[in-house]
Amino acid sequence: MSKDIRIKKGLDIKLVGVAEKNTTKSSQSSVYAVKPEDFHGITPKLVAKEGADVKAGDTLFYSKSDERILFPSPVSGKVTEVIRGARRKVLAVKIAADTTQVYKDFGTKDADAMSAEEVKNHLLASGCWPFVKQRPYDVVANPNQAPKAIFISAYASAPLAADLEYTLAGKEVELQAAITAVSKLTEGLVHVSVGANTTSPLANLKGIELHKVSGPHPSGNVGTQIAKLDPINKGEVVWVITPQDLVVIGELLLTGKLNLSRTVALTGSQFSKPAYVTAISGASIADVTANNLNDDNTRIISGNVLSGKEVKADEFLGYYDNQITAIPEGDDYEFFGWNKPIFNKISTSRALTFSWLTPKKKYDLNTNTNGEHRAFVVTGSYEEVFPLDIYPMQLLKAFMYKDLDEMEALGGYEVAPEDFALTEFVCVSKQPHQKIIREGLDLMREELG
Amino acid sequence: MSLKQNLHNLKEKYKGTKMAPAFNAIHTFLYLPNEVTHVGGTHIKAADDLKRTMNIVIMALIPCLLFGMFNAGYQHYAAIDNSLRADVLANFFTFDNLWIGIIKVLPLVIVSYGVGLLVEFIFAVIKGHEVEEGYLVTGMLVPLIVPVDTPLWMLSVAVVFGVVIGKEVFGGTGMNILNPALTIRAFLFFAYPTWMSGDKVWVYDAVERTGTADAISGETILGSYAQNQEVMYSTFDKFMGFIPGSVGETSTFLILIGAAILIFTKIGSWRIILSAFIGAAVMGLIFNQVVAADIITESSKFYGLMNTVWWEHLTIGGLAFGAVFMATDPVTGSQTNKGKWIYGFLIGFISIMIRVFNPAYPEGVFLAILLMNVFAPTIDHYVVQGNVKKRLNRTKVKTA
Repeated sequence: MSKDIRIKKGLDIKLVGVAEKNTTKSSQSSVYAVKPEDFHGITPKLVAKEGADVKAGDTLFYSKSDERILFPSPVSGKVTEVIRGARRKVLAVKIAADTTQVYKDFGTKDADAMSAEEVKNHLLASGCWPFVKQRPYDVVANPNQAPKAIFISAYASAPLAADLEYTLAGKEVELQAAITAVSKLTEGLVHVSVGANTTSPLANLKGIELHKVSGPHPSGNVGTQIAKLDPINKGEVVWVITPQDLVVIGELLLTGKLNLSRTVALTGSQFSKPAYVTAISGASIADVTANNLNDDNTRIISGNVLSGKEVKADEFLGYYDNQITAIPEGDDYEFFGWNKPIFNKISTSRALTFSWLTPKKKYDLNTNTNGEHRAFVVTGSYEEVFPLDIYPMQLLKAFMYKDLDEMEALGGYEVAPEDFALTEFVCVSKQPHQKIIREGLDLMREELG
Repeated sequence: MSLKQNLHNLKEKYKGTKMAPAFNAIHTFLYLPNEVTHVGGTHIKAADDLKRTMNIVIMALIPCLLFGMFNAGYQHYAAIDNSLRADVLANFFTFDNLWIGIIKVLPLVIVSYGVGLLVEFIFAVIKGHEVEEGYLVTGMLVPLIVPVDTPLWMLSVAVVFGVVIGKEVFGGTGMNILNPALTIRAFLFFAYPTWMSGDKVWVYDAVERTGTADAISGETILGSYAQNQEVMYSTFDKFMGFIPGSVGETSTFLILIGAAILIFTKIGSWRIILSAFIGAAVMGLIFNQVVAADIITESSKFYGLMNTVWWEHLTIGGLAFGAVFMATDPVTGSQTNKGKWIYGFLIGFISIMIRVFNPAYPEGVFLAILLMNVFAPTIDHYVVQGNVKKRLNRTKVKTA
């Protein structure tokens, strides 16, 4: 008996620039890059030296804490540069791609016949392990732990998010192979959530617990779904995999090749034709967005506007991202902007802001903070957009004053930074919620393990 | 060059200097700043900021201020010539009344803002943080909750005390435990009690004329009840606010309009406002029952206020003003939704209790709110502990 998820608290942020449902193949980039910072909490140990030739799937670096966790090259070519920052920290490994791609052969597998240990070892060896992320702490999963369940959210509710029903259409075979394999990694259930009234390719898979999700964002966030279905208690771990990464795992099992190409949504008002393109993880932003982007004073984001990362045109698509958003920068002053009636911005209050009148209107928001950073003052506004059974402001404050007992007691194990994206969006005091949560989780992980 | 560009250049020039917060306070008053979202957070932000939030509260207070200005004159002239009260509507909105308001009430507003913001600027410059907006509301609340004849020097001293001790020593806006406006009111009340109660201070010029042939007076309704005297005001007068009292708190009608603005804009908590009224009504009903049961008789000094019909408490004294504009201060109030119900209820309940049992100074609202300000973190603590327990139980069920 599946359990449906219905939430009321939340906020759908409707923006201009929804991707049109047609997909073009982006021209292959000449340079790709893998950035260790995409894998939070991982300290990389480099394997590939500058000048080495690699195939798609060859290891570039592995995790210092667990050398079984490998990070593969998305393309075949030559490692041209290892970019380092302060204290020789590896920022990116750049690979000049060959014109014809050569894939490392991991061998085809029959998922049904594999044991749990075989699945785990195969994912580790093929560089697919980083697709498995864990809660608590929202980091790459620790392969030594046993998750109580695996969660897959195939419903995207974030602003302008790629429509997974569209991008994953026709991938049923790969998805089924991947689900069969990863379901062996847990004693518990594999929860898959799809939108209500959809024909998601994930809806008819075998071996899953299907849930239909309805309600405003963050209903599609996997953190919300975990909280509603099987909240994390102290000492428990759940694993999370995104559907587009399941497709990669499925293809690996079926063909033996690690193919990191995915359908990426180009969204936001600064794209002349918001649409979908296929691109390989780590592709150069300039190549993926070529001839489409108005880059005059534009913020380019790998990911969505709430939790994505800012990238420059000469930087690269994030390892996990299936969306690039481009919105105008808001680095301008606005005369009496703090007291005049506002019609062109979103607000959850009605303080001379009128977005409540036009719930269906699509807005062209820019990156202005609409006010300065302040101490927490207003209460009750976060609760309206925060569906978890947690006191958001109290948890944020505990995370700020770093009281580990309170962080634990108030629900620190259950949250990820993205769960606090909406509270950060509506925050009158413009507090950096996601940063506070990220730093607090890192501290908890360090101190409590 | 445009004003925008000039100010931008000045901002860059002052950046990092001691005077930057002072300049920025003025700059951001004119222009929403050009700041953009930072790394590691959302790339877009909602339209509301603290200035906008505070501004809404001020707008909700403006009707009370304007009414208070007219009322200052009306109470003065009506005290001289009682026949004016026969036709309130004709004799209320007159220029003569407004003029008294302009010469008596506006200076209170100007002194409150001038002194308070000066203190805020000094602290911002010394401590190097931005000037936060909290005082914008406090500065408007203060003149509305003092008697019209409050001497300006007295107000200045109180404002300095309230802002420094009530707020800045705790770290500024957002960190204070007690509502700064009420801290100021409490300071006045305890430091200069003769100026804060009695039958003179509520009417302009009454203190000056004491002992002369032209002596006038205007006892507040609470004061009259506390002395078991009859009052001459009709329910209409009380509800509309044509009665003596602190500058801005007399008109329950306009306060309810303010409440509607706060609730509609989601700035003020309807939970606190509603539960405060419920709490007051419950206490009022209890006292009414005590009188009905003949436990308290007319000879008792508590009779006048205990016998006040429960709903009438809402229209007299500062209860409505306190519940709508002071109890809803998010910083000093309860922060959890459940806690807000308890916090508001107790404010209403205790207000009426103090009102009845402390006839020497028959206004309990500000004491009740200050008391509950102190207890708000305790209320929240137990509400949050409920959530924590639920989480612990979940684990226990699992392991059992």
